[in-house]
Amino acid sequence: MFGLTEGEWTAVALSLRVALVATAVSLPVAIAAAYALARWTFPGKMLLDGFLHLPLVLPPVVTGYLLLLTFGKQGIVGAFLWETFGFTFSFRWTGAALACGAMGFPLMLRAVRLSFEMIDRRLEAAAGTLGASPIWTFVLVTLPLALPGIIVGSILCFAKALGEFGATITFVSNIPGETQTIPSAIYSYTQTPGGDAGALRLTAVSVSIALIALVVSEFLNKRAQKRIAAFE
Amino acid sequence: MTGNPPAIRFEAYKQQGDFVLDASFESGPGITALFGPSGAGKTTILNLIAGIERPQRGRIVCRGETFADTRTGEYLQKHQRRVGLVFQDAQLFPHLTVEQNIKFGQWFLAPDDRTIPLAPVIDILGLSGLLNRRPAKLSGGEKQRAGLARALLASPRILLMDEPLGGLDDERRQEILPLIERVRDEFAIPIIYVTHDIDEVERLASHVVMLRRGRVTDAGAPRVVLRTRGGPTQHEQSAG
Repeated sequence: MFGLTEGEWTAVALSLRVALVATAVSLPVAIAAAYALARWTFPGKMLLDGFLHLPLVLPPVVTGYLLLLTFGKQGIVGAFLWETFGFTFSFRWTGAALACGAMGFPLMLRAVRLSFEMIDRRLEAAAGTLGASPIWTFVLVTLPLALPGIIVGSILCFAKALGEFGATITFVSNIPGETQTIPSAIYSYTQTPGGDAGALRLTAVSVSIALIALVVSEFLNKRAQKRIAAFE
Repeated sequence: MTGNPPAIRFEAYKQQGDFVLDASFESGPGITALFGPSGAGKTTILNLIAGIERPQRGRIVCRGETFADTRTGEYLQKHQRRVGLVFQDAQLFPHLTVEQNIKFGQWFLAPDDRTIPLAPVIDILGLSGLLNRRPAKLSGGEKQRAGLARALLASPRILLMDEPLGGLDDERRQEILPLIERVRDEFAIPIIYVTHDIDEVERLASHVVMLRRGRVTDAGAPRVVLRTRGGPTQHEQSAG
């Protein structure tokens, strides 16, 4: 299909892996942050809210540069990780996943938070009076009711991660087989004489993945709306 | 009332904006109605007993168990109180079937604590044909029956009912009223029943606590309180 070369398949596979890992790692963090923002009041809440949404409004290159400053080998966190665990994000696919996760996170956070805010608090109170501790209430009532938002948020994050370019290339560069995702591979082709055919092939793959993601998201959205209608 | 500790000994102060609740009362076996116009503090009292709200001052004791005491700092969380709360709009879990809903409280009970068995509750409340349905597919009356079953099957120390007939038309009320009477008689569980409907008080309650603007204005047998002492004004009866 698509007549891709081996290098192009590598970029596609890497893109999918990066996007999946970015989404999977973001999910628990987004659920925790969304719950805290939806349910608790604490000092600095607005600041945290703004900080988590920053990648949405910052130029992606700026986000990538900030990641480089923080998680690069010389960065505050990056130096610690390198010296303590011998682990680094620099020029690794894990760094691409971190950049994509940072860019997709606010989209996921918004969807999950909205679904938490839509839940009738009295349902949670009902679970409590029936003997469910706060943790059981969260697992048995809050989380299942927020599921539509969690699914939609995950798909948004996954799609954003697949298309991420600016932050990734700034943070971990464009190394074939390690950090070269579909967008950076297309970019490389456009910079190479005679690279049009490759760019077109990868574009076709990109459009296909995006279409599939949209269809799945629409399908799940419809189901989510049905569930929400069932709230009445 | 018998020599047993009262079902509820309630004494609480709570201020919320302009509204001040400063009420104390006791309730015995059978149904105690909390009666008054909206804004009287009836639902706040239920929330305080259930542990959904916290009193700023006061002491709430249910059948000898201290739920809250601001002098000693004792406070039981809502999941530790074993109270059955029936909401006006049932508040069934929309993602669970009727059967999963009504068994919800049992999951958290040790077998020995399951004093109210499943079969008679399903039977009395006529739920056997509805067990596999989702709440969205139930009528208002069916939801309320399932909500009552869910609260009962948690084998609560006390049942708290917050205008359980408030959202129903007259036909449904006539369908549910006898069921509440049967529950009261067969399971011998004390009930606090919030309402602003004088007919429900007269039909169900053995004791009534009259509330107005967060204070208890009168308490006693419904016949005595509602008739000889004047009872509520016409305005209060019609208030929603």
